[in-house]
Amino acid sequence: MISIKGLRKVFQAKEDNITAVDRLNLDIKDGEIFGVIGYSGAGKSTFVRLLNRLEEPSEGSIKIGDREITALNKRDLRLARQEIGMIFQHFNLLWSRTVKDNIAFPLEIAGVPKEERERRVLELIQLVGLAGRENAYPSQLSGGQKQRVGIARALANNPKVLLCDEATSALDPETTNAILDLLVDINKKLGLTIILITHEMHVIRKICNQVAVMENGKIVEQGEVLEVFLKPKQSVTKKFVEQVMGSGEDDDLEQLQSTYKGEDIFRLHFVGDSANQALISKIAKQFNVDINILQGKITQTQMGAYGNLIVQINGDEREKDNAVAFITEETSVEVEVIQRAN
Amino acid sequence: MLTNLFPNLKVEDLIEATYETFYMTIIALAGTFILGILLGLLLYLTMKGGLWENRVLNWIVASFVNVFRAIPFIILILLLFPFTDFLVGTIRGPNAALPALIIGAAPFYGRLVEIALKEIDKGVIEAAQAMGAKTRTIIFRVLLPESMPALISGLTVTAIALIGYTAMAGVIGAGGLGNYAHYFGFMRRDFDVVFVCTVVIVIIVFIFQFIGDIISNKLDKR
Ligand SMILES: Nc1ncnc2c1ncn2[C@@H]1O[C@H](COP(=O)(O)OP(=O)(O)OP(=O)(O)O)[C@@H](O)[C@H]1O
Ligand SMILES: [Mg+2]
Repeated sequence: MISIKGLRKVFQAKEDNITAVDRLNLDIKDGEIFGVIGYSGAGKSTFVRLLNRLEEPSEGSIKIGDREITALNKRDLRLARQEIGMIFQHFNLLWSRTVKDNIAFPLEIAGVPKEERERRVLELIQLVGLAGRENAYPSQLSGGQKQRVGIARALANNPKVLLCDEATSALDPETTNAILDLLVDINKKLGLTIILITHEMHVIRKICNQVAVMENGKIVEQGEVLEVFLKPKQSVTKKFVEQVMGSGEDDDLEQLQSTYKGEDIFRLHFVGDSANQALISKIAKQFNVDINILQGKITQTQMGAYGNLIVQINGDEREKDNAVAFITEETSVEVEVIQRAN
Repeated sequence: MLTNLFPNLKVEDLIEATYETFYMTIIALAGTFILGILLGLLLYLTMKGGLWENRVLNWIVASFVNVFRAIPFIILILLLFPFTDFLVGTIRGPNAALPALIIGAAPFYGRLVEIALKEIDKGVIEAAQAMGAKTRTIIFRVLLPESMPALISGLTVTAIALIGYTAMAGVIGAGGLGNYAHYFGFMRRDFDVVFVCTVVIVIIVFIFQFIGDIISNKLDKR
């Protein structure tokens, strides 16, 4: 468990001071993929860099496991850092070293003997899917491959925590997905905690369990990813959710209502696993109704599907009521009435 | 044929002088490399935001470098006569030239080293810190290897300046091609000797440049 209390970082500027991280409190459970999202300048990078004290905190405490990071002296901090992996937006590989030697570097730092180093490097190369490229130099690799080297390097000393600052921001969408899949894979296989900084909501949606939204150095909203997607409270959060789900639905709604005047229109909110249960076809089979999908979007998160569908339900009045009651009571899908025929 | 074209040239003397020039250049270059890297590292590490940020030390090293770079080499030799005499026991011959050569070239090379180090991506240093590396490890496993091509091409430039310095030192008694051209060519009005010495020096410069370029390119994996 990572426990952060009253964490604060003030940068001394000439004129006024900048408070990049402002009295932040946060608990992160072991084995979680914890996302931190926020706009540029929100203080996200400063926040992760405080976690391994690349940036010295002005105030507050950080505890990783039972180690009080903020209380460590220089030597102990170095040892602690060997157990905190970090990957970077621009990869930060040593161009003078091959893939193999880049991955071996943290092992050299930790004083691992040569033979064991070589064995471990091969293992890591397999893990991140770089077999065959071990003797290439970073300049001969694609961005995605470079980040794989970065990940392997970060995992070399079996860290319990992996810090990722915009790890996919320099990559194209397809490569981003591949790297995110790798991170989930590693999280499952090794059970390590991942703290992931991003300004892209789809990254959060795809791999995180928990998300915190940062603004002006503070966490303004935090919770399970699904929960935050479903009920974003702050306006920043709403904007981020719109990144993934689209927006302006209420404008469309008026148009729908006028097009389907006098018909029954419902909005179905899918939260969690129920979206996988073929709900629509089930209703159509069990009840004597026709379901017409008008609009909607469903997306997958680590905690199940999330999204909504606007549907028109036609049929006998009683059957319609039964169908709606069934959805409301028997499934986790929420039903919102947009318009009833009478 | 050589005797026809250059009647006053003694081949043994030329070879001896060439050997002395090579000797002075290579030994001085080795000294310059070590001292220059030391100076460059100190400048880099103690600068603002550096790993050993230290304004006083930075100011001292920078002043040393600036002062010695400002002194014309020919005057530096004269200035260092007592020091050389104390260190080497004589002020004549190739060995006597070495202190002045190294002290003349190292500050120049030190600045080139500093520039090379500043070119290194900060992110890479940060990555090493995040892995828990000691400053010593960062110096020897990150800073020096990552800047090696630039360090070598800087050394090539310095070597060529050093060859020029050896000739100047030669004129006031340090031996080598400068000495040979001056005493046996210029003083006796035997300009064929001056000419041949010039050609040999130019060839030596080309050799250094050629080798330096090859090494620098070979190391550069960017
Ligand atoms: N070394 C520094 N010195 C002074 N101010 C800094 C320093 N680093 C960051 N800041 C300031 O702290 C604030 C937060 O910066 P930070 O880099 O943490 O933002 P971010 O959320 O990571 O943004 P981005 O998405 O652009 O990376 C900004 O106002 C920035 O100008
Ligand atoms: Mg950032």
